[in-house]
Amino acid sequence: MAFSGLDIYKLLPKTNCRECGLVTCLAFAMQLAKKAASIDKCPYLSTEAKKALEESALAPIKLITIGTGNSKLEVGNETVLFRHEEKFHHPCGLGFIIEDSLGDSEIKERLDKINKLVFERVGQELKVNLVAVRQTGDKEKFIRATELVFNNTQLGLVLMSEETEALKEALIKVRERKPLIYHATLENMAVVSKLAQEFQCPLVATALDLDKLSSLTRELNSQGVGELVLDVGATSLKDKIWDLTQIRRRALKKSDRSLGYPTLSIIENEDPYEETMEAATCIAKYANIVLIKGIEPAEVLSLLTLRQNIYTDPQKPLQIEPKLYPVGKAGDKSPVLVTTNFSLTYYTVLGEVEASKIPSFIISVDTEGMSVLTGWAAEKFTPEKITDSINKAGLAEVVSHKRLIIPGYVAVMSGDLEDKSGWQVVVGPKEAAGIPSFLKNL
Amino acid sequence: MLEKWTGEVSVINIGATKEEGGSRRQVIKVGGQATLPFLSGEGVLANKPVVAFEVWDIAPSDWPAGLAKAYADVFSDPLAWAEKCVKEYKAGLICLRLQGAHPEFGNKTPDEEAKLVGELLKKVDVPLIILGCGDDAKDNLVLPVCCQAAKNERCLVGSAAQDNYKTLSVAVLADGHNIIAESPIDINIAKQLNILISDMGLALDHIVINPTIGALGYGLEYAYSIMERARLAALAGDKTVACPFICFVGQESWRAKEAKASEQEFPCWGPESERGVIWEAVTATALIQAGADILVMRHPQAIEKVNKYIDELMKG
Repeated sequence: MAFSGLDIYKLLPKTNCRECGLVTCLAFAMQLAKKAASIDKCPYLSTEAKKALEESALAPIKLITIGTGNSKLEVGNETVLFRHEEKFHHPCGLGFIIEDSLGDSEIKERLDKINKLVFERVGQELKVNLVAVRQTGDKEKFIRATELVFNNTQLGLVLMSEETEALKEALIKVRERKPLIYHATLENMAVVSKLAQEFQCPLVATALDLDKLSSLTRELNSQGVGELVLDVGATSLKDKIWDLTQIRRRALKKSDRSLGYPTLSIIENEDPYEETMEAATCIAKYANIVLIKGIEPAEVLSLLTLRQNIYTDPQKPLQIEPKLYPVGKAGDKSPVLVTTNFSLTYYTVLGEVEASKIPSFIISVDTEGMSVLTGWAAEKFTPEKITDSINKAGLAEVVSHKRLIIPGYVAVMSGDLEDKSGWQVVVGPKEAAGIPSFLKNL
Repeated sequence: MLEKWTGEVSVINIGATKEEGGSRRQVIKVGGQATLPFLSGEGVLANKPVVAFEVWDIAPSDWPAGLAKAYADVFSDPLAWAEKCVKEYKAGLICLRLQGAHPEFGNKTPDEEAKLVGELLKKVDVPLIILGCGDDAKDNLVLPVCCQAAKNERCLVGSAAQDNYKTLSVAVLADGHNIIAESPIDINIAKQLNILISDMGLALDHIVINPTIGALGYGLEYAYSIMERARLAALAGDKTVACPFICFVGQESWRAKEAKASEQEFPCWGPESERGVIWEAVTATALIQAGADILVMRHPQAIEKVNKYIDELMKG
């Protein structure tokens, strides 16, 4: 936990010398707590106090980078247990395990499908992040599979092997991709930690309980390895929830630095539905990387959508540019529907207008990302705002009629809007789902 | 690291057995958690989340084909539909939606609906949730007589809302049922409504909160966080929000484009037969992790998977 202003004050000289530029040490402490001042400004700070303050300024959960360039994955740096407290910062990485027992053509085919797992939702691109190569037999096969994966995808890599020599040879081949090494255990730590150092790659630390995991990361730290990802091994889903929660709590609330790293969950379930539900659970409950085997689009789309939902900033709803959007081959006789610029609202309306197959215009009003009812209540979705948007979009030049369709929930503004805009108002359905039948009967 | 919670979720009993003056084969208990979902190492998890099968009094016109298929043989016969859920899909809880009472969807009379409730209670012996059609004026006519028809069966009846709770509260209280209190993803309204209803004499341990969820990709995160906040408040001792949650997962999930659209329309999304089931199951999964107690669902396969998931998490 970060220090409060008073905690910091206790560590300062309390001489009010003003050399930091502030009137009192207390004022300086408050600025430090807000991260609005740097501790270097105080020339009289003791070494111990400085160390304590520097440590408290470190993120409680370290940010770890896997991969390079466009497909770089950054995870960690989380600050809360519940998204409403602030937000979850770095969306959990989703990756796919490919076992080296598969034939070359099968591996290529799989990678081909994985590379195509890119979706668009509410104006955002949803992408998968990692491919993990897992050794099941001899070393040569693992190296071969690793090279195949390296050459056939740009995604980040995870190298999964129990054989340190195999890890080393694979690392020599793919080091430039900065793969995640799986894994250091209490048994192989001495050797694997050297690999992580030599190749400058992040490393998964695995131990079967949290105390062992904590000693393992301390040990790795003392050997100079600090780019770590935590794994508690193959446990039941219930134990995963428990461990992931404990790790997050201890890192944030107890400032336990030995557990202040992102976490990895591996889902081993051959049933695609169950695999999806287990992975979904880990995404919701603090996993920073989730590895699955299934590559079916429906499964992956649902997980990426959940990740998008959970990692959306609760204070900043997703917005779209407020403007006039034609749908289909909209012409001067096409109906005009008014809605807000909250992504979810806009895309829901868009989906229904598309489904109606009736070419239309949607004008999205700048409500600062609020939905229809919220925007109306907060006076962001008003006759004035709508009139402004119509004028800005030059709607009168685009269509030859003067009719606006407004959401059913704001029917009460009809009269006022007609007066302000000079357009005739038609009250549409309350729910977007009613749009297709509404448009057909217009 | 264990949190010390001081409050717990209230326990609601749905259904009454013969000994209690009803005719249900068992009572379904929900609520009673003294910690966050599935952290049994920290506090008691008295009851598990349960799934209710949604059954309509008329054949739904807007259920996508992949979903409607599962009930094709019973779609226009609510009694046979409910029986199929219990016998074939092992439903332990039925949620009857009286959609046909809506002025625009058949406008069935209160007496017709009350008769249906009576017959349904004879046809199946699992506890019952009864939902109105969503038209306040009509529901205030229909639900009281349905409450009467199910007197002493201790059903869960909904929904009461901030501007329409009195009629239903009185009926539910008179006939020994529980009530669903619906609030539009707003913890303060949820709290306020619970207080209003308990002021009518219906105790807090007869109230279930409907936080009005969105499906995966359609505002799920709003309900998710409202539920987390309410549950944290409940565990911290606020009794006015310490009610179990009911989530209409089927209703929301099957409206999602991702659940309905054909593979022809969106080739990169994969076959819709699996997609719809996954969409409903993942929506349920996330809400269970936020604290859902009753999930009203539609597709038998999604329900089967969710039940198995719950059982796994409640083990040990």
